Amino acid sequence: MQHGKYRFIVGFLAVPLGLYGLFVVWPFIQSIYYSFTDWTGLSPEFKMVGFDNYERMLDDDIFWKSLQHSLLFALLLPLVTLSFALFLAFMINVGGRRRKGGPAISGVRGSSFYKIVYFFPQVLSIAIVALLFAFAYNPDSGAINSILRGVGLDSIQPLWLGDPNLALWAVMAVIVWSTVGFFVVLFSAGMASIPADLYEAALLDGAGRATTFFRVTLPLLWDTVQSGWVYMGILALGAESFAVVHIMTTGPGGPDYSTTVMVLYVYQKAFRDGQAAYATTIGVALLIVTLAFAAVVMRLGRRERLEF
Amino acid sequence: MGSTSAQNPETNGSARVGRRDLIKRSAALGLISVPTMSFLSACASGGGSDNGDKAKEGKKTAKNPLGVNDTAQMEFVLFDGGFGKEYAEDAVKIYEKNFPEVKVKFSATQKIQSTLQPRFNQGNPPDLIDNSGAEQMDMGVLVGKDQLADLTPLLDAPSYDDPNKKVRDTLRPGIVEMGQFDGEKVWIMYYAYTVYGVWYSQKALDSLDEQYPETWDQMLAVCEKAKKKGMAGWTYAGKYPYYLPFSLYPMIGKVGGVEVLDAIDNLEPNAWKHPAVKACFDAYYELYKKGYVLKGTPGLDHIQSQTAWAQGKALFIPNGSWVENESANVIPKDFGLAVSAPTGIDSSDKLPFGTIWASGGEPFIVPAKARNTAGGMEQLRIMLSEASSKNFTSKVKSLTAYNGGTDGITLTPGLQSGVAALEKAGQNVVNPRLQDWYVQLQKEKIGVSGLGEMMAGRLTPAEAIKKIQAFADEAAKDTSIKHYKHQ
Repeated sequence: MQHGKYRFIVGFLAVPLGLYGLFVVWPFIQSIYYSFTDWTGLSPEFKMVGFDNYERMLDDDIFWKSLQHSLLFALLLPLVTLSFALFLAFMINVGGRRRKGGPAISGVRGSSFYKIVYFFPQVLSIAIVALLFAFAYNPDSGAINSILRGVGLDSIQPLWLGDPNLALWAVMAVIVWSTVGFFVVLFSAGMASIPADLYEAALLDGAGRATTFFRVTLPLLWDTVQSGWVYMGILALGAESFAVVHIMTTGPGGPDYSTTVMVLYVYQKAFRDGQAAYATTIGVALLIVTLAFAAVVMRLGRRERLEF
Repeated sequence: MGSTSAQNPETNGSARVGRRDLIKRSAALGLISVPTMSFLSACASGGGSDNGDKAKEGKKTAKNPLGVNDTAQMEFVLFDGGFGKEYAEDAVKIYEKNFPEVKVKFSATQKIQSTLQPRFNQGNPPDLIDNSGAEQMDMGVLVGKDQLADLTPLLDAPSYDDPNKKVRDTLRPGIVEMGQFDGEKVWIMYYAYTVYGVWYSQKALDSLDEQYPETWDQMLAVCEKAKKKGMAGWTYAGKYPYYLPFSLYPMIGKVGGVEVLDAIDNLEPNAWKHPAVKACFDAYYELYKKGYVLKGTPGLDHIQSQTAWAQGKALFIPNGSWVENESANVIPKDFGLAVSAPTGIDSSDKLPFGTIWASGGEPFIVPAKARNTAGGMEQLRIMLSEASSKNFTSKVKSLTAYNGGTDGITLTPGLQSGVAALEKAGQNVVNPRLQDWYVQLQKEKIGVSGLGEMMAGRLTPAEAIKKIQAFADEAAKDTSIKHYKHQ
């Protein structure tokens, strides 16, 4: 019954693909088109200017700074967040000490409680998280410096978001804090589907925690890790970094452009400086970076698949 | 272990799936990343700009000098910020009373740009806009793209209170000029009138047994005294160091004369290298050097620094007259809020003590493509009447562009001190234009990357001047921004 199969498939796909094309791909093509104009975003009139915007972008120091920060976000944030989440998920699900009469494989004591605690930041809107941390980082009366004072470290009172050398790291820490819980839950789910026999076999062979993790858990979890990596990278390049940088280091993006990221720069050019065409140009650059990032991760992350 | 061998991927089922997966996932990535940029074109220009449905002109009479069509709808969009919306609603009621057949479509929002940008793009903007707040639309672009109506008819119309006086004659000095960019046309009507300067607590100053210092030596002495009592001399919005110019620029004007400020606004080469600029930068840097700036200030935003200052942790803060309304809930009752013109260097300064920065705030515009431009201007004419102006001042503790209008109402301490400072300044009111002509240059570059870095101790005054001069030169050469000159 192969007859008419394709017509059947096309019939089902036409409408969603049409909607996707109209509302996603078409605006996207429009954006690229606008990057060749001098459109301000404040008036319907514009004319074609060729590659002017692109030339300008290549000469723009702030663009290069924002690109640098965005790349750092895309490389470092997934690495830190995912490693941390893997560690936590492992401890919650597998890393526990063997207890008499209990199951052979279990998490550390209180692991179900930790699972909820780790996930908690995910429930909060990123805007609220950013605001809370902006208060915590307040050098005068914020929680962090108050704690430092409280434990007698009066001499160490960093300016946090006010210091160009620290601001970017302070912002990254917030993104890690707010996203790690999601990956703990994701990896926990992945680990739950790994058969317990494998772990028991490893235990019988006398494998320690580290060996179990690197030889059993990580290889069997690789697909999930890879998807997580891409997902986190896109978050770090896009929405999440925008919200956090925009709210915490409000205005131009940190002292001396120390936290400006590409999405923020797009926003500022389009909605503050009335240079929508230039903003779309940076948007195109961001798109290329995002796609390149994904392609690289996919390629480097390719591994043989394990079956169990 | 159930590991599959990948020796021969062509025959290995799961490896092939892996590769196909790769393609599928890459496609999925496209689905994700495409939307990250498509939001931009969501506000792309829609329909054409047809001006065919403009409201017909009404009959010009003594009561209706602008010839407002008394049946045409009028739409008014207000920025709902520190001043609230009540004052505008009151003025709308008067409009509706004068033109009983008209229902004004009034709305207030904090999101001026996101609400109105698409409408400018479609060519059907509202008739009157208070283009203010964090989402202010760039005036330079609006003017450059002929999106604004010339307000000269309004300024030449008889004032609401006195038919023998033109509206322009009832305004505070400098208001009309501020609404011009180049040439005679007036694009913006600034409704509020802001006094910038050094804000302090009279009570705190009294407790130190001090007067407001007029020379920098005195300033340092006062700060030293405050420091001994465990109080910092200064604080400022560290995350937004472009608050520093509120007292720094008029100081430069006082020390070196208004020409220095004009040269800076005109982006003239080496404008920042004037000795007066150096002297004032050195003076401010000394505050940092001597430890008179509240610890942690570079990490505070405007609200946090204002709160620390209201709690008595610091004596002085550079700010504008909106601070009284904005910080009303943290300023203690017996604070004795006062503003002073900036302290100068010494008696060799070009201008006397009292030289202050005051200028229009809350910019109102009438779009050129609005249906009922006459109606928008008439609404402004009503707002510039004495009664409406008084209503504004008593409700939101700020002066208006209307000259006077403070008689018979009880002024709050800050407002009172602002009026006194203006009287003392007399003719010596300066109005640096960088912050409305070149927003990015003023805020990000000069403010955050220059002054902010200097006051955090990461640049010396000489380095800061060099950096700022480079920013100014860059802006002067940048063809993507419109350039203006003092007339």
